[in-house]
Amino acid sequence: MPITQSEVEKIAELANLELTAEEKQSFSVQLAAIIEYIDQLNELDTSAVKPWQHRSAGEMISSDVTREDLVEPSLGQQKAVEQAPDHDDGQFLVPRVIGG
Amino acid sequence: MKLTVEELHKLYASGQAKPSDICRTALDLIEKDHERLNAFITIDREGAAQRAAAMDSDIQEAIKRKPLAGVPIALKDNLCTEGIRTTCASRILGNYVPPYTATAVKKLEEAGAIIVGKTNLDEFAMGGSTENSAFGPARNPWNEEYVPGGSSGGSAVTVAAGHVPVSIGSDTGGSIRQPASFCGVVGMKPTYGRVSRYGLVAFASSLDQIGPLATNVRDAARVLQVIAGHDRYDSTSANVSVPDYLNALTGDIKGLKVGVPPECFGEGLDAEVREKVESAIRKLEERGAQIVKVSLPHTKYVIAVYYIIATAEASSNLARYDGVRYGFRAEEARTLSEMYRRTRNGGFGDEVKRRIMLGTFALSSGYYDAYYEKAQRVRQMLVNDFTEAFSECDVIAMPTAPTPPFKIGEKSHDPLAMYLIDIFTVTINLAGVPAISVPCGQSSAGLPIGLQLIGNYFDESRLLNAAYAYEQGR
Repeated sequence: MPITQSEVEKIAELANLELTAEEKQSFSVQLAAIIEYIDQLNELDTSAVKPWQHRSAGEMISSDVTREDLVEPSLGQQKAVEQAPDHDDGQFLVPRVIGG
Repeated sequence: MKLTVEELHKLYASGQAKPSDICRTALDLIEKDHERLNAFITIDREGAAQRAAAMDSDIQEAIKRKPLAGVPIALKDNLCTEGIRTTCASRILGNYVPPYTATAVKKLEEAGAIIVGKTNLDEFAMGGSTENSAFGPARNPWNEEYVPGGSSGGSAVTVAAGHVPVSIGSDTGGSIRQPASFCGVVGMKPTYGRVSRYGLVAFASSLDQIGPLATNVRDAARVLQVIAGHDRYDSTSANVSVPDYLNALTGDIKGLKVGVPPECFGEGLDAEVREKVESAIRKLEERGAQIVKVSLPHTKYVIAVYYIIATAEASSNLARYDGVRYGFRAEEARTLSEMYRRTRNGGFGDEVKRRIMLGTFALSSGYYDAYYEKAQRVRQMLVNDFTEAFSECDVIAMPTAPTPPFKIGEKSHDPLAMYLIDIFTVTINLAGVPAISVPCGQSSAGLPIGLQLIGNYFDESRLLNAAYAYEQGR
């Protein structure tokens, strides 16, 4: 299946990526080759099979993953924000969200 | 330092060495090789020296209680370590210093292991050669013109080069086993759910698993023993008992049924790899194993399935890198959405962007059923194939990789050619079963080749013993 540049642009938008013109060009060629390869899955009749779903702990063993809802110590506000590129007074700082 | 953990513990027991001496030696070797092999992203000499010194006075007692007392260990740089920079070999994480430590790492430290540094990898574990690293490629210690495999390339290199006896990697589609094969060491991916993924930076959450790399099977078993088990911080970690893996290593495989799938010995398999793996299977037979033919009929489809599911999960997992909470942020964005886009485009490398794009495509409206859901159906067929095969055998044998190591740069411009190397490894992650790569010879160019043994769900004991029996008779 060929992937057009405008499809690449649409996917990049969904993925929050701002691609350069060069990247749009190379990705459309590379993604087309990969998707063409992937299309061989169409040889298989999968109508009788249900899509795989995660069964906790592998295929054989089920486990109960619920637990008591207890309050426990956590990182704390200061520690949680200190790796941010920009923060102030325990808050994340970001560029203007509305307007501008 | 070519010492096994048991040999190292003998040195400690006799008082001939202390953890400080051993760590100093390990770090000297790591630093001496750094320019040549580029196996590490962060070398923590100061921290390791402190941790080692704190153990010096008590080491003769500690080795009786702690299975990894005084053992220097290297961690793949996608495992969170509180206070030690964790980069995932990506510009987007910048100088991120995690505020918490991964459960597996915590367990290693409680067992006495001393972290010496964080190893090089393909960015976010996406790749099979450790060429996709923002810190430059790692190189194969057997021949520096060749790749060490990936994505846990640095962890394989540091063990193969004799810096440390054991290291930790993560395996989403072969990222422990394939570099182990390429570097001539042992590498194991446990059953999905055997080891907690808490603190492992997520790539594809239904496939990722942490595991050991070592020079020999006993050391791999010892490390697995330490990191295995249920963790309340990872709801996908299995609440099943962990057997004594070292006790399981009897070397006796009389009557063990070893399944050999002909689909994994066909077209595309390098002749030298075939010869070495077939000869390894004969060795297992000589030691009493019974060789049976099994079928994995959908082998030719596994790459297609894997590259849909892994990239779909990655596109979702990597949505969190947006320049807000950690790492790199693009400068001079006027709006929030511009900041997201520029940060992500400047912070991610090519292969990561390619996979995010592919995964986003597979999940997007109009393509979801044809790609993502189709792949999940074929994944179920692969699971059924393994269930069927394990009704007829105890372990399955096949190559780890279809070729010996390739040259640096040889495949880096052809993503699909790079993906095809994963044919024998990705299927194991899709099924969720455990597998181990054990060295089984060298190519005529003098580069290592690996035998892959695969076990049934949570049957690591039998798998490790089969690998151990082969290693003993090699």
